[in-house]
Amino acid sequence: MARVSRTRLLAMARKEVLQLSRDRRSLILAFLMPLLLLVLYSYAISWDVRNIATAVVDQDNSTRSRALLDAFRASGYFTMDRDLARVADAEPLIDRGEVQLLLVVPPDFSRRLGSGRPAELQAIVDGSDANTATIVLGYTQAVLQDFASNVLLRGVRARLPLTAETRVWFNEELVSRNMIVPGLVAVIMMIIAAMLTSLTIAREWERGTMEQLAATPVTRLEVVIGKLLPYLGIGLVDVIVISVAGVLLFHVPFRGSAALFLVLSTAYLIGVLGLGLFISAVAKSQLLATQMGMILTFLPSFLLSGFMFAIDAMPPVLRLLTYVVPARYFLVVTRGIFLKGVGVDVLFVQGLLMIVFGILGLALAVRAFKKELE
Amino acid sequence: MSGGARVNGGAALAAPPAPAVVAAGLTKRFGAFTAVDAVTFAVAPREVFGFLGPNGAGKTTTIKMLAGLLLPTSGGGSVAGFDVMTESESIKRSIGYMSQLFSLYGDLTVEENLQFFSGLYGVPRQRRAERRDWVLEMAGLTDHRRRLTRELPLGWKQRLALGSAVLHEPAILFLDEPTSGVDPISRRAFWELIHTLAGQGTTVFVSTHYMEEAENCHRLALMNRGRLIALDAPARLRAAMREPILEVRTPDSPRVAEALRGVPGVLEAGMFGRAVHVMVEDAAAGRRAVLERLAERGLRVEGIAEVAPSLEDLFVARVRAAGGAVSD
Repeated sequence: MARVSRTRLLAMARKEVLQLSRDRRSLILAFLMPLLLLVLYSYAISWDVRNIATAVVDQDNSTRSRALLDAFRASGYFTMDRDLARVADAEPLIDRGEVQLLLVVPPDFSRRLGSGRPAELQAIVDGSDANTATIVLGYTQAVLQDFASNVLLRGVRARLPLTAETRVWFNEELVSRNMIVPGLVAVIMMIIAAMLTSLTIAREWERGTMEQLAATPVTRLEVVIGKLLPYLGIGLVDVIVISVAGVLLFHVPFRGSAALFLVLSTAYLIGVLGLGLFISAVAKSQLLATQMGMILTFLPSFLLSGFMFAIDAMPPVLRLLTYVVPARYFLVVTRGIFLKGVGVDVLFVQGLLMIVFGILGLALAVRAFKKELE
Repeated sequence: MSGGARVNGGAALAAPPAPAVVAAGLTKRFGAFTAVDAVTFAVAPREVFGFLGPNGAGKTTTIKMLAGLLLPTSGGGSVAGFDVMTESESIKRSIGYMSQLFSLYGDLTVEENLQFFSGLYGVPRQRRAERRDWVLEMAGLTDHRRRLTRELPLGWKQRLALGSAVLHEPAILFLDEPTSGVDPISRRAFWELIHTLAGQGTTVFVSTHYMEEAENCHRLALMNRGRLIALDAPARLRAAMREPILEVRTPDSPRVAEALRGVPGVLEAGMFGRAVHVMVEDAAAGRRAVLERLAERGLRVEGIAEVAPSLEDLFVARVRAAGGAVSD
């Protein structure tokens, strides 16, 4: 392959920037869409369970039962503004979805506690949303456990219906946006590839400008790198904006090395953009390129990377498929650096994969891009 | 303009210069279809070489092969001394190319397009402004340099495309139907540019399907159905034509042309502007046969006279001689 000429490379990149700056649709996709996704995912679509609507039937009405209910209140997860007289009163509220959790303190609660016998608390959860129900039960158990240990500390033997001791590391509060923001970084880059880069070569074919381009001495590598550079710039700006916004606005922790994060993001971006250019060169029409981009890059990174759905919970076939989704590995990188603060030692394999992916994407694009016309 | 404008006649001064463009049995097949069939010719340096033929005659395919954009199926050739089979990238550095369809960037301004192609052709940095200004001046676009290219009228776009193709001062220029779809006045202006460039020493290889434009060329290659059917200076091509042409003036030329086909002694009959051109074997006998048939059909004739053949007549005659139909 011929030597890369800096003049031709810069001419190519400059042209691409000028075209981008005049294409409103691309600008929106490049700069507004990532912010929109960030806000949407971080604010609106929260997988967190908070303000659980809780109704209470306190049949004991003792100091101890009130202490228990105060413990629930103090946890911050439960909204307890309904005190009911009878269990039957709660049924219509649960049916209508106004109440997610019903706590029933039996009349002998404090007596049993006082005499050292196991005390019981009845918790009725609206199980129509299994995911939420599981989380509500988890919180309930955590509060009970905490309460029970306090009771034990005071020298009273008591046994409460306690289960597994759970502790969450790295995302102690199970705040879903702590998972989302690092994941979003990976997904947004794919959008840039699928929606923006995939159009650039196809557009040249569609508008006929490819013929003039092909008639010049510009090499394939120069075209591919020249087209890639502006998008790499946009991609890195997006990565930085999303990360900073995540940290400042949504208080997502960033515990690792920013330099490592940028290096691996750059490698991943090059791969992603190369993939986009490859699609563009193969498709030769903008419509087909967009569709291929959606199917080959956007959807897999959205659905099969572990961003939306846990890979462990997937059927075996899909789980196998995730191994060829580059976003899967990049997600490990971003979450690792954001939440765990891990370094090269831990991310060695993923880092290497990112670099391999970068080179592969670039090579694919150069191979697929033909200067010959047919 | 006549064949006297030929430049390659001055070869006696020294050893004949190496041809700028050579095609030797150049052939391109797309599957079973032969787009260009063993075409052979040579273009002298500084010549304005015309490629004439209807759409689908293989002109564009030939130009693309010579410009290094398409690989020939067989045969070969050279451009600026580089082999079309193996040195297409070297060819691209030595030529300017203007494609049939407008293919500059509509979303860039006039100036930005020029800057882009300056960069791709590696025009030295210190010469860029000078070359840009020269092209703007030549194309008459100096006052429109900051306009988006897509807003320009087609004639201006074509001048800009020509300008982009000569930024790097190529020795050879390939223009593929540069004036198709352009109004007659713009077309004339465009040809003046071509002659300006040729006067400065550029070899111009230009294709067209406008017969009257072809008169502007030093030499003319007639193409039909992928084959080269004639090659000479326009005047000599005409002089070599033996069949007389009768021009019939009539208010009803389509029906007249129709009525004359198949008349004994009439070789071809076709509309030419508002008149009908009739190619006959013999002028006197043909004239009698034509008038007889038109009287028979009750078609009015305002006048009939033998005229000098147009290039179109010539083309039709050559296609006949080659034993084929016009590919359109």
